[in-house]
Amino acid sequence: MTDPKDYKLVTRGVRKTYGPVVALDGADIEMREGEFLTLLGPSGSGKTTLLMAIAGLNDPDRGEIWIDGKLATYLPPFERDVGMVFQNYALFPHMTIYENIAFPLRMRRQGEAAVRAAVRRVLDTVRLPGVEDRMPRELSGGQQQRIALARCFVYEPSIILMDEPLGALDKKLRDALQREVKHLHENLGITVLYVTHDQEEAMVMSDRICLMNDARIEQIGTPADLYFRPASVFAADFLGESNLLSATVAGTGGGEVALTTGDGRTLRGRARDEVEPGARVTLMIRPENVGFASDTEPDNTVEGVLKEVIMSGQITRYFLELPDGAEMVATGLTGGDRGRPETGGTARFGWAAEHTVVLRDH
Amino acid sequence: MTTSARLPEPPGGRAAARRRGPAWLRFWPIAPAVVFLVFFFVYPATLLLGLSAVDAEGAPTIEHYARLFRSDLYVKVLLITLKVAGWTTLLSLVAGYPVAYLLATVRDNTRNMLIIWVLMPFWTSFLVRTFAWIVLLGRSGAVNDLLVALGLVEYPVRMIYNFTGVMIGMVHALMPLCVLTMLSVMINIDTNLTRAASTLGARGGQAFWRVYFPLSVPGVAAGGLLVFITALGFFITPALLGGRKDTMIVQLIIFQIHEVLNWAFAGAIALLLLVTVLAIFFLYDRLLGLSTLSGETAAAGAARRHGIIARAGGRLGRLFTAGMGNLCEAAARLFDRLRPHRADRPRRGLSRGALWVAGLLVVAFLAVPSFFVIPVSFTEEGFLNWPPKGFSLQWYELVFASAEWPKAAARSLVVAVCAASLGMLVGVPAAFVLVRQRFFGKTAVFAFLVSPIIIPNIIIAVSLFYLFSKLALVGTITGLVLGHTVLAIPYVVITVMALIKNYDRRLDQAAWTLGASRLRTFLHVTFPIIRPGLIAAFMFAFIISFDELTIALFVTGGDFTTLPKQMWDDAIMRVNPTLAAVATLLLVFMSCVIVLSEILRRRGAAR
Ligand SMILES: Nc1ncnc2c1ncn2[C@@H]1O[C@H](COP(=O)(O)OP(=O)(O)O)[C@@H](O)[C@H]1O
Ligand SMILES: [Mg+2]
Repeated sequence: MTDPKDYKLVTRGVRKTYGPVVALDGADIEMREGEFLTLLGPSGSGKTTLLMAIAGLNDPDRGEIWIDGKLATYLPPFERDVGMVFQNYALFPHMTIYENIAFPLRMRRQGEAAVRAAVRRVLDTVRLPGVEDRMPRELSGGQQQRIALARCFVYEPSIILMDEPLGALDKKLRDALQREVKHLHENLGITVLYVTHDQEEAMVMSDRICLMNDARIEQIGTPADLYFRPASVFAADFLGESNLLSATVAGTGGGEVALTTGDGRTLRGRARDEVEPGARVTLMIRPENVGFASDTEPDNTVEGVLKEVIMSGQITRYFLELPDGAEMVATGLTGGDRGRPETGGTARFGWAAEHTVVLRDH
Repeated sequence: MTTSARLPEPPGGRAAARRRGPAWLRFWPIAPAVVFLVFFFVYPATLLLGLSAVDAEGAPTIEHYARLFRSDLYVKVLLITLKVAGWTTLLSLVAGYPVAYLLATVRDNTRNMLIIWVLMPFWTSFLVRTFAWIVLLGRSGAVNDLLVALGLVEYPVRMIYNFTGVMIGMVHALMPLCVLTMLSVMINIDTNLTRAASTLGARGGQAFWRVYFPLSVPGVAAGGLLVFITALGFFITPALLGGRKDTMIVQLIIFQIHEVLNWAFAGAIALLLLVTVLAIFFLYDRLLGLSTLSGETAAAGAARRHGIIARAGGRLGRLFTAGMGNLCEAAARLFDRLRPHRADRPRRGLSRGALWVAGLLVVAFLAVPSFFVIPVSFTEEGFLNWPPKGFSLQWYELVFASAEWPKAAARSLVVAVCAASLGMLVGVPAAFVLVRQRFFGKTAVFAFLVSPIIIPNIIIAVSLFYLFSKLALVGTITGLVLGHTVLAIPYVVITVMALIKNYDRRLDQAAWTLGASRLRTFLHVTFPIIRPGLIAAFMFAFIISFDELTIALFVTGGDFTTLPKQMWDDAIMRVNPTLAAVATLLLVFMSCVIVLSEILRRRGAAR
């Protein structure tokens, strides 16, 4: 087992229940200094619960939490060195911006001169100088969120936890702030544990993503890991678009797997884990890896009726109905070398064995 | 609503409005309520206050006001009144705050259940509550019985017919109001704020005192104001539970009318009371702003107030909360030194447990006492002793066989139904106009329509007595109904306005686009949806009237009484088990009314 002292944050088997509801079922995370890790998952999957446990805002039923090499499982929030940014900002409405940002410093008994200097510095960092005397409600949503960040940065906690901090902002502002948070992370060298249910946001910002589902961690890895090498059907389906086909393992060898689909076709793929012949599996193929198999002869091909062609800007989607009723999607750049095939006719889709991810069914 | 301009027009919208004449015609539904209050509230009050400024010949004089200050009696009674109101407010706030805080921070289901118990005194008749305290606190009452049995005291403690009795009775009566007002503010305080504070390093009480408490201050202030103002006009509790030294100003007014028939001087005392109330409102407005009364959040009202009083208050408040925060932190650090936080073991929060204990004790104080009238009503003895001896139905037989009780009950019922109906008839249209139309002076009209709540009831009662004696309406059902309607209108307006504000107008607009006329839209869409709320408003008005004593005290006469008036007369003469029997019957009746209205409401809501 790894030594928790080598990491900035370690959680081991953290479990939390609310009455009969299991909100979090054994979470294991390891974060290195300066890392940007995102908890990604649908709403209700336990992201906030895990974050709250790390912040000390709820007591886990079981498990351990190590922060900065020290055990912190049941320490109160003010005795751990963490900062938290809430979705609705949680700025104190009865205090000015200055008082809000000064709050953590005053709680740490810092002198007023030092407080003033620190507040000015951090307001420069978030590019909002001169708002000290305003009240939170006098700022826009985006500005309030930056003040919430500033209030967190100002006392330089070991880890900053952010619970869907951009969730309440509109798309354009969200995109801008995503990049800003990312830059702050890089420039200040802070360690960030970030929560979102938006897969695009997770992909854009994270060093690694921790995918959560139904109170459990499904997979932890880099965005590319999760996208190209999902460990489960859930992961494959949650991130990006995917084609999912049921199949049975016919044989293995040479790093490849031979597979038989329901209607007797044989396909070739690559397995992440060991699979035994006869096992029922699901195949995941990204639409952008699928193309028309008219000219070249790819590893895998399927034939069916081209039902629909939808052009959405740069990308065009092709929908193929297979003989067993399943549907397959291929995407390609609009107006590329393919021309525009006729709908209603038969067509052949093809893709490489290395793009066929084999996932064990549970 | 700014968006409504682009939404569908009602059938025959703008064009029809033009045809119907000037815009003010749209506001006519508010007229009945305004006219009603002008006739039966403003006019008589003006008459009464006018009397106080003229002598027997009708020439202007300040004689009556000079008399107020000639002896120190009236100033003294005013000071006692302020003292009683002040202590009641302080105790209600201190005991009510933990309850409100608890209610604001528990789960919805738990909250709804606890609120029923907190509201218990609100539902049980005023006089039932007061008798319950007589049963509990008397020399041979339940509390003394328990204290002696436990060996805590040797002889019974005097807890009634003195200041203690007044405090217990008044705090019990007014705390629910206080708790609900504070709760309405606390429930809107984001729970993440105190969480954020603790992640930012606030330990112990710092998060509470520096973040939560300042945000709850508008609720505390509004609750305190309501309790204080209401307490100033109290007389039932001090009269029945207090001693000679606990006379309140309202009792002096009653004395002047009932015993010496000095209208002019009664008017002068009434003005003294009115001026006191208005002065308190003025001070409150200076300090916190009246806008906080309507449930605005802390920041909006308190943050940027100008004026010396407000700024001084703000600075003092900040010093206070910072001081309390630091104090609690020091205590917490000391405690943590003795029992350090361990990273490997959870530590149950002591403060949460203490909060529950304190909260439940206060809720028990509010909910339990009323039930003590039940066993006493079956006693074989002729006194309200505890524990009651034997079992007998004689007091019930006495009640039903008597000439007055059944008649008084029937009269109360008729009056309450009529007053509530009349209140709805004029109040509901007014509420619609107040929510949906925009016009100059709307705030003033609203303040006017709810002012009978703020003005002490005694002023309304005495001035109505004066007016009705000229119109030969004293001792008539009509007189009572008119008087109670004055009190019912504010409650109807406030309740129904809240109802309409929450109503989604797009439903009406949808109906219009589907071809329904205004009338059909109202009958088939609006009305069925708001019906449960209307029932609640009616019940509210009904209970206000059914439990009303102040107006009844003057407008009834001879053997023409209402139930509360009959109970009052009996209690003034001699407290006896008959009253316990009546109180028990009332308790059962009120419970039935509440349950029935709840069933009606749920059925309406389910549909
Ligand atoms: N205080 C609570 N009481 C009861 N159930 C809760 C509480 N907090 C969270 N839950 C439940 O725990 C589960 C996980 O919630 P949460 O961690 O908030 O999910 P997420 O943040 O991923 O949306 C949900 O089913 C939720 O209903
Ligand atoms: Mg969440």
